[in-house]
Amino acid sequence: MEFGPYLLLACLEGAVLAAVLALMASGLSLVFGVMRVVNVAHGEFYMLGAVAAWAVTSMLGAGAVANFVAALVIAPLAVGLLAAAADMTILKRLEYDPERTIVATIGLLYVIQQLTLMTYGADARPVVAPFNSRIALPWVEWGENGLSLYYPWGLSTTSYKLFVIVAAVVLITGLRLFMAHSRAGLIMRATQLDGEMATAFGVPVERVYAIVFGAGAALAALAGVLIVPIQQAHYLMGGDALLLSFIVVIIGGLGSLTGTVVAAILIGMSDGIISVFFSPTLAKIIATLVVALVLVFRPQGLFGAKDR
Amino acid sequence: MSRRDWSLHLGLVALLFALNWILPAYHHGVVARVMVLAVFAMGYNVAFGYTGLLSLGHAMYFAAGMYGTGLVALHLEAGAIPAWFAGLGAGLLLALVTGLLALRTAGVSFMIVTLMFAQAFYLGILYFGDITHGDDGFVVPNAARRVAEVALSDAGPRYLIGWALFSVTMIGTLWLVRAPFGRVLVAIRENEDRARLLGYDTGRRKLGALVISGGISAGAGAAYALLFGYVGASFAGVQYSIFALLWVLLGGAGTVIGPLVGTLFMYYLVDLSTEVTDAYMLIAGIVLILLTLFMPRGITGALRQVWRDLP
Repeated sequence: MEFGPYLLLACLEGAVLAAVLALMASGLSLVFGVMRVVNVAHGEFYMLGAVAAWAVTSMLGAGAVANFVAALVIAPLAVGLLAAAADMTILKRLEYDPERTIVATIGLLYVIQQLTLMTYGADARPVVAPFNSRIALPWVEWGENGLSLYYPWGLSTTSYKLFVIVAAVVLITGLRLFMAHSRAGLIMRATQLDGEMATAFGVPVERVYAIVFGAGAALAALAGVLIVPIQQAHYLMGGDALLLSFIVVIIGGLGSLTGTVVAAILIGMSDGIISVFFSPTLAKIIATLVVALVLVFRPQGLFGAKDR
Repeated sequence: MSRRDWSLHLGLVALLFALNWILPAYHHGVVARVMVLAVFAMGYNVAFGYTGLLSLGHAMYFAAGMYGTGLVALHLEAGAIPAWFAGLGAGLLLALVTGLLALRTAGVSFMIVTLMFAQAFYLGILYFGDITHGDDGFVVPNAARRVAEVALSDAGPRYLIGWALFSVTMIGTLWLVRAPFGRVLVAIRENEDRARLLGYDTGRRKLGALVISGGISAGAGAAYALLFGYVGASFAGVQYSIFALLWVLLGGAGTVIGPLVGTLFMYYLVDLSTEVTDAYMLIAGIVLILLTLFMPRGITGALRQVWRDLP
């Protein structure tokens, strides 16, 4: 393949990664924004989403589409409830102290991961995509008769990958509208601005925290369900995903949803492109160093506003 | 320093020395390993326990020592002593560079920056697989594992060298935290603004603490490579940074003997649980959660409530 089509292919792969990443990082960003705590177990909720999708589809045994729709509903709900329970039993009792919360969620990470290993096992298992037709993509070429379209060999994507991108766009737009216009969104934003004042105005802050923590985990689980037909479910899949969403949230500015989406596109695309042309390990080294340096020299993130 | 302090710490040193002739072979090996790992934990404790710098990247200093020693022994055919100093130097240098950058941040940002640096270091080990042998790691050549006529791989010398390193580090950190420098570190941990107001250059002291901490960790990693003969990327992974935190938290942050207590306890706990299940990290997770919930001061911290002037 020539350079041009190859680049387009890399961009497409990058866009799928960016979509999933944006969804997952929005969850992390939401939790940090409202509760001011970093949830290190976020990657494990993503993994649980993927594993739950496998469990639902293999137990239900209906058609591929019905199976997948069921997984899209059940997995995020179950994971969200689990996370809310963890918030009420553990994080609430730590009074959301930032450092102790990180240590406790590290513990939670290992508990979830290892329990999955004990029950689900160490194998990677696939989920069948609800639809998966191959779509060949054209490329322009200067031929003898001027510009002409042709279909280079290997340049293609699948309908499911396009669906993932569209689904992520729809979900994130929905989340933004929800936060900006609904009453629940208003309450969350009020809690984010000033928890004590919100309490004074009768906002049940503890319940809001539990719901936000659950919703953040559900977003990660949703990302896990969407990715599992492309990439199999495995008990260790949360680690890389956590690292990437950390990177996205930090570069985008902690707690800023717009920044998170922009950063997800930036990181997803560049990761896709660097991985195709160079090595995935090099892409990750560059990304982690960039994050560390952004935090050191521009703590508000590339797109975040200065702290009030 | 009170006489009770001395008798406690020197008593512990003497007890570990005597155990060399008492322990059965298996536990003899375990305690040798635990002492070296406890040195790593003590290094971590200087940063986390005494200065309040919660780093999530200390595995990189341990691994810098390990790889510094291992690579010099493997590629340059250096002897044990120069190789150990190469590892120590690598760790000190890395701690200085990462410290200069990471200490511009504090709190949660500091945790994430150190985590990211350590992750980049780990990935770097995988990326330069031609030199480092990547994921597989490598065995340290036997020629580098002897000093004069003594083979460091033999059980007896291995135990005694681990014991010597442990004893020197413990007495060293005990002295350090009792010295004026250490007192200022504790002041920074308790209230950095106030320490600065009193006229202390807190930035430089934190850097000093981190370099000492990284150096001790690297010394442990370098010794581990020589005594146990294996250098591998898994020691640079997030898991080992978490282990250091876990050992110190469990034993009691900011106590001199806490790291040994925590390492010993956790090592046997994991060792016993591997007989039952492969998912031994489950234990680590549960212990972490329980500690943050019920015992933020760890085992020695709980003891300290009874015995008030335990250092």
